[in-house]
Order: sequence, then structure tokens, then C-alpha cells
Amino acid sequence: MERRSFLKALGAMGGASLLGSSLRAGTAVAGTEMMGILVDTTRCAGCRACEEICGEVNSLPEIDYDDAVLDKHRTTSITQYSVINRYETEKGEVFVKTQCMNCVQPACASACLTKAMKKTEEGPVTWDEKKCMGCRFCMVSCPFDMPKFEYNSPVPRIQKCNMCWDRLQEGELPACVENCPNEALMFGTRRELLDEAKRRIYQNPNDYVHHIYGEHEVGGTGYMYLSAVPFDQIGFRTDVGNEALPEMTRGFLYNVPVIETMLPLLLLGVHNATKRNADKESEA
Amino acid sequence: MDGEKRSPELVQNNFKRTMRFIIDELKPKGKILTLFNASAALIIVTAIILLTIRFTKGLGSITNLSQEYPWGIWIGFDVITGVAFAGGAYIVTFMVYILGQKKYHPIVRVTVLNGFLAYLFYAGALLLDLGKPWNVINPIIGNSFGLSSVMFLVAWHFLLYMIMEFIEFFPAVAEWLGWKKVRKVVGIMTLGAVILGFTLSSLHQAGLGALFLMAKSKLHPLWYSEFIPILFFVSSIFAGLSMVIFEGSISHKVFKDKLTPELRANYDNIVVGLSKICAGTMYVYLFLKILGIFHGRLIPALATNWGIWYLVEVLGFVLVPCLLFTFGAKQRNITTVRIASILTLIGIVLNRLNVSVIAFKWFAPVKYVPSWMEIEVTLAVIMAEILVFRWVINRMPVLSPPPKWAEKKENPKEEMSDLKMEELVEWKASTM
Repeated sequence: MERRSFLKALGAMGGASLLGSSLRAGTAVAGTEMMGILVDTTRCAGCRACEEICGEVNSLPEIDYDDAVLDKHRTTSITQYSVINRYETEKGEVFVKTQCMNCVQPACASACLTKAMKKTEEGPVTWDEKKCMGCRFCMVSCPFDMPKFEYNSPVPRIQKCNMCWDRLQEGELPACVENCPNEALMFGTRRELLDEAKRRIYQNPNDYVHHIYGEHEVGGTGYMYLSAVPFDQIGFRTDVGNEALPEMTRGFLYNVPVIETMLPLLLLGVHNATKRNADKESEA
Repeated sequence: MDGEKRSPELVQNNFKRTMRFIIDELKPKGKILTLFNASAALIIVTAIILLTIRFTKGLGSITNLSQEYPWGIWIGFDVITGVAFAGGAYIVTFMVYILGQKKYHPIVRVTVLNGFLAYLFYAGALLLDLGKPWNVINPIIGNSFGLSSVMFLVAWHFLLYMIMEFIEFFPAVAEWLGWKKVRKVVGIMTLGAVILGFTLSSLHQAGLGALFLMAKSKLHPLWYSEFIPILFFVSSIFAGLSMVIFEGSISHKVFKDKLTPELRANYDNIVVGLSKICAGTMYVYLFLKILGIFHGRLIPALATNWGIWYLVEVLGFVLVPCLLFTFGAKQRNITTVRIASILTLIGIVLNRLNVSVIAFKWFAPVKYVPSWMEIEVTLAVIMAEILVFRWVINRMPVLSPPPKWAEKKENPKEEMSDLKMEELVEWKASTM
């Protein structure tokens, strides 16, 4: 608790202005470009202010303030959309914020048969309570296991980060970005964030691995990461590939209308042919 | 009863008569207190209690599903395996109505009935698994079409195919109810239903496999393949036909007094024919599997524990039954064929569960194991299906021959006398 407030204060003294954490605050809804968030793990001090504010703005239960929770690897849950994990690496402790990646071409949204899970033009992947039937195909399809299902509710919801979509529509920043005391989080268009990420790598080539996680992974993600150590050392899946997952079903889905219209004709033809043969045989 | 007052209202009269007939038929035939009935009742009542808990407290109350394993045996076994087992209907109707192989005609009705009930119960079991089943109409009525979703396609094809199977089976219902005109109309619709049914069915069998296309990073590479829709489609052929063979071997014992002479005489021929098709499609399937291994450079993966498990499935429960089918058909040995069909069914259960549950998230530290309650509910679904199946077989002309009036008429004269017969029945009914 004390450490967190200290870090917050430190961040504020260091001149971390809110503007600094956003390249184009307030333009998310009006803009035509997809928005995202850049996470610079080299700047994260693990204060968990993002976890705290995330719970607050999303009306989730209060987080466990005891930093002993960092001793274990945690995943997001139905009551926590964003969690920080600590990793011991060759370059010391690294803290990594995890949450829904808000993919550019999300598997979950493509999997959803009711369009409850939806990729907004502005970037966030949102979920609509009224449409969802609870089939959990989004969970099966998500490479990061991010949609969380309320198994102990008779009227279950899917819970996950949606980049504070409500706040974005009001012209505000995502709560975690706004409350990060260390400027580890930055909000902006994906293009701008990628430029910024590359600038940091270019200017400090020894401080970063030369890879932006989420630039290409699964066709690109809304949340993107910078790191000082290889990503597989800090809990990232490096085997997800660069192909957007919905592409994998495209071939199948495109074939369906073709088969659906051609096959009945073919079958009818075969039927007529065999019938004519049978008639001939019976005549003979 | 007073017939005079009723005779002017023939339509109403007919309706009442039909209703009375149906109510009468709803009563059980034969002994009620048998060991089978008692255990079925126990299983179903237990499941109803469990499902009440599930719908008031959520899925977590009786299942072991988790955030890592969103699908358990209710999807992996009930829906995905159950639908593969129901594949016999579209293959047998294809052979009889499209290819004109009359040999298989005696098993059409029982196979279609089996298929229809399998869809009704196993795909119906999906509703138990849905978090919010009342929203199941959303993708149907069109307020939210998820057109890019494989699940959307599967859902629609399920629904439409069930309608097609119902049309295919309806002649038996019409014969049971004595609806002659309806029988004629649905008889004409059969070919259309078969053609559309085959198309819909092959696509959604493949579609069930396509559900896992996006789970590339979660499914073990030995089971993940871009061919997975085709593998599911091809395996549904021998899965469905093995079910026909297996189910036939049981129902021929249970309902032996009902069988038509036609079915009795041809049964061995039919089984031998089916086992040839099973063997043939299994060779295709094995070829695709081998191709997948080389294509995916998966030979080193075969040397792991997962590889051994994979070989158990593919060699033990595809190659072995495939060879048994081949030799069984050659030697006309029905016992060998039956053993092959049982092995094949086990192999399909293994394959579908491997894809959807066992090799899914194979790297996860905590694996999903179904709770006894999930298994209990699954058993209840199977039991309910068997009870309905038995009810239908005991009443409708499925294994037993159709009524005289419904038999194929070769000359128009008979049709004339048939009409008279109809009038006679009407007259008789009006005096009841």
C-alpha cells in the first residue's frame, strides 16, 4: 500500500503528465484509425495502480492490496480484468500487465454467432449482454484465454477488458492509462503507438529486445508490448503465429455457399442418372 | 356414443379421433416395471434434480468446466460425438434415394429415426450447456447474424437438417396416424429432403471440425490440422454406419418380433455392404491422417506420450477396425463386423474427445475431468433417447412393415379400391 502511493507520487513528481501518456486523447470515437495501448514493461514498477482503478471503474470487487499475490502467477478473472505478474529474468524483476489484447482481427468476435462479441471500429472488443447465448466459443477460440465466463451465475456474463469503451466514448482515457504513475502505458492509434515503440527501441537499442509483441502476433493486437528480455521469459505465448485467426476459417466458410448450391444439383443429376439406368434394366 | 350428431362435423371429428388415438398410444405398452425402465427412471429423475441446480446456480454448480476448459463432455461427447454417430442417416438415404441402391431400403426408416432422435437429444443437450439458452433464438430470428462464425453455420445447418430428417421420417408418422393424403404429399417431398439433407449434413459434420480451426495454438499439433473439417466429414461416414451396424445388432434382438421379412432376408447383405463402405472411407481417413503427419512434420511428435496416445487412437481404433471390416466383409462374418463397429465407435469417441477436451490445452497444468454429475446428465440424455426410440418402434412402422394401404401401388386399379377403403374407414369412424 505504501509502496504504491510512493510510486504514484514519484511518477507525478517526475513530471508524468496525463497528456504524456496519450498521443491523441479524446479522438478515439471520432477517429477512423484503430486505437490501442502500448505497454512498456521496462517502465512498469509493479505498483498495481492499474489493477486498482480497473476494478473501480468497472464496478468490480476491490483488489487484494497485499503484494504477496505477486508471488504466484495470476490470470485475469471474472472479477479482475487486468492483473500484474512479476517475473524473475536475466535483467532482474519484470512486471507485466495482462488483460484482453483487443486484437485487430479478434478470433472471439469472428467466433461469435450472435455478434455479442464485437470489434468496434475504434479498436476495443466489446461484449453485448443481450445478444450472448453463452456458448463460450469465444473462449475456445481466443489464443490468450481472455474472455472469462461467470460459471456460478444463472445469468452468466462474459467478463474482460474492453479498453474502457464507455470512457472512450466520453472522450476520456482508459482508466489504467490515466492512472499509471510511470508512463508505462500509452494510449493512441496503433500506427502512432508502433512509431513510438520503434523510436524507443531505436534510441535505446540496448534497453529493449527488438520486437514489439502484438505488432504482428495473431494479425496484430490492440495492446502492444515492449520488453527488455525475450517475451517467452515474461509469460508471453510466442507460438501463436502471425496469421489473423479468422483467416483460418475463411476458406471453409467461403466454400459453404458454393457447396450448398452446387451439391444439390449434382445429387439430383446422379439421382436421375441412376434412376434412368434402373428403368432401362427393368425394361430389359 | 351418438354418431348422428357428429357426422356433419367430419373435420372436428377426425381431429378428435386422432387426438384420442395419440393419447391412447402415449400409454406404455408391455411391462412397466422392468429393470431397464427402473434404472432409466432413476437416471432421468436424478438428472432433472441436477439440472434444476444447474439452472438456478449456474454451470459451475454441477460441472467441472473452467476458464481454461470452456467445453467439457456435454459439448465434446453429447454434441460433437453424438452428431458424428448420427451420420448414418444422411449416408444411407444418399445410397438409397440418390444412388438407387434398393438393398438398403429396409434400414432407411430406422436409420433416419435414429439420426433424427440423436439430433433432437444430443444437439438438444447443447441447450443444457448454453449459459443463456433463451438467447438461442438470436442467431435464428435474425436480430444478430454472426455470419463470420462457424458456429452460426453449424447452428443453422443443425436446425435445417433436423427439419429435413423430420420430413424423411414423416411417412412413418403418417402411416401410424392413418393420414393417407399427408402420407402421399410427404412421400413426394422425400427426394428433396434427402438431397438438401445430404448437403446440410455433410457441411455441418465438417463444420463441427471447423470449430477448432481457430484454436490452432491450443490444440495439440497431432490433432490440429487444416484438414480437420474434411477429417470430421469423412469420419462421420464410418462413425454413422458403424452406429447403424451396432444399433441394428441390438434392436434386432430387442424387437425381433417386429422385423419385416424383407429386412430379415437381406440383413446380412446389408451389414456386409455397410462394412465395405466403412472400410473404404476408413482407408481414405487413414491416408489423410498419414498425409497430415508428413505435411506437418510431426514424426518426432509421435515419439512423445501424446504421440503414443495418438497412435492408440489411430492404429487401435481406426486401422484395426478398418482391417476387421475388410476381412469381415470378405468372409461375410457378421460377428467380426460387429466387433469392428464397436471399435470404430470407441475410436470416434476418442477422436472427438481428444480434439475438444483431452488434447485441447494439452499444455495446461490443470486438466479438465468431468464431474460425476456431468456424466450422469449425459447418461440421462442417452436414456431419454432410447426410451423415445423404443416408444416409436413399438408403434410406428419403422422396423415393422407399413400398413397395406401405404404399400407401393403398381397399377391404378388398386388405387381405386384404396379410395373406397378410405371412405369405409371414414364411415366406420363416424359411427364410433
